[in-house]
Amino acid sequence: MIPAQFDYVAPTSVDEALAALAERGDDAKVIAGGQSLLPVLRMRLNAPEVVIDIGRIDALRGIRDDGDAIVIGATTTHAEVGASSLVYDNAALVTKAVEHLADAQIRHRGTFGGALAHADPAGDLGAPALALGAQFVIAGTGGTRTVGADEFFVDLFETAIGDGELLTEVRIPKHTGWGAHYEKFVRVAHQWPIVAVAATVKADGGTISEARVGLTNMGSTPLRATAVEQALVGQPATEDAVRQAAAAAAEGTNPPSDLNGDRDYRRHLATVLTRRAVLAAAGG
Amino acid sequence: MTKIQLTVDGDTVSDDVEPRMLLVQYLREKLGKTGTVIGCDTSNCGACTVHLDGKSVKSCNVLAVQADGREVTTIEGLATNGELHPVQAAFHECHALQCGFCTPGMIMQSVDLLNDNPNPSEEEIRLGLEGNLCRCTGYHNIVKAVQTAAGGAS
Repeated sequence: MIPAQFDYVAPTSVDEALAALAERGDDAKVIAGGQSLLPVLRMRLNAPEVVIDIGRIDALRGIRDDGDAIVIGATTTHAEVGASSLVYDNAALVTKAVEHLADAQIRHRGTFGGALAHADPAGDLGAPALALGAQFVIAGTGGTRTVGADEFFVDLFETAIGDGELLTEVRIPKHTGWGAHYEKFVRVAHQWPIVAVAATVKADGGTISEARVGLTNMGSTPLRATAVEQALVGQPATEDAVRQAAAAAAEGTNPPSDLNGDRDYRRHLATVLTRRAVLAAAGG
Repeated sequence: MTKIQLTVDGDTVSDDVEPRMLLVQYLREKLGKTGTVIGCDTSNCGACTVHLDGKSVKSCNVLAVQADGREVTTIEGLATNGELHPVQAAFHECHALQCGFCTPGMIMQSVDLLNDNPNPSEEEIRLGLEGNLCRCTGYHNIVKAVQTAAGGAS
């Protein structure tokens, strides 16, 4: 199938993009890589009157070091994020999640900001962004504002990005030296996770001093497993200790039931995958 | 209509297209490059894989207007002077196909994979071809062909 007809605008600056959004915002969709949007348009689940292509705005692309954070431009591709040593050295959890996101072709086109703005609860980047305390920089005609990951994800496919606004970059506080692992459970290769767990831990001499755990597809937004994070502090990175802490992984979650598995199955999976993710993260 | 100009298999082409036109449609319907096939039409199967600025993409999941000013290589642009590309030759040699429908995409993705990693392990080949489906399930010989092409290149 092909999309319904739309007008196409390809601004070359953020200001031009914001002007286009201000003019046509109600009828517009923003496209970057288009790897989530184009399937939606082709299946005619959405039919915007205008598509604003931000893929030609150079300022939105790239990764930079900004002191205590790394900054990833919204239209930086997954492949670029995955290959970045700056990201790997300071936020290895992001690298681990990107490595197995979709497939190679989609990682070449799909963008970091686009996937986060799409806010699919089964998407691979939300849980790492939440676990690492990412900050989302959102531009509007009145200037820019920054929103924390805990406020960015509002509901299923819904974020704090308002009408006429554009996600321009994501700031990720450095977690240099933290171990990381993204444990993804899929039935079919290159599909969305049935459940996935993003874990990053700081371990000194085999003892976990700090831990961050994010859950994918365990509710309408990515979730933090705060009970697990707290239970891990001060624990040895052993199978038994991590298993006990991980038992709380499904607390406060509201996973979906679908053909891949019902709620209880997902709640069980969350505890198993959390144990595996934390142990792998602590193991280096 | 939006005017686009791009390079396809080494030739500069220029056309007025509807913004909704997919790159795969543009290649097949405007340029007659039917070597690139449409498989699933849902960006799952990878049969329509081409290279955009040297990187593999699924051409059913890219708008033609997004390729404006860029360089596209299809399966039809791989051979040079009538000589098959080493990956094409390896697919032929290893009989890495049954019905052949997935082959253009498999070859384009294999070329991309070997560009990034000239000596992949079997597991790396299987992971690298994760976005390409063979419904005959003929993966065994496809993996062998990529190994053969890698060996031939080294």
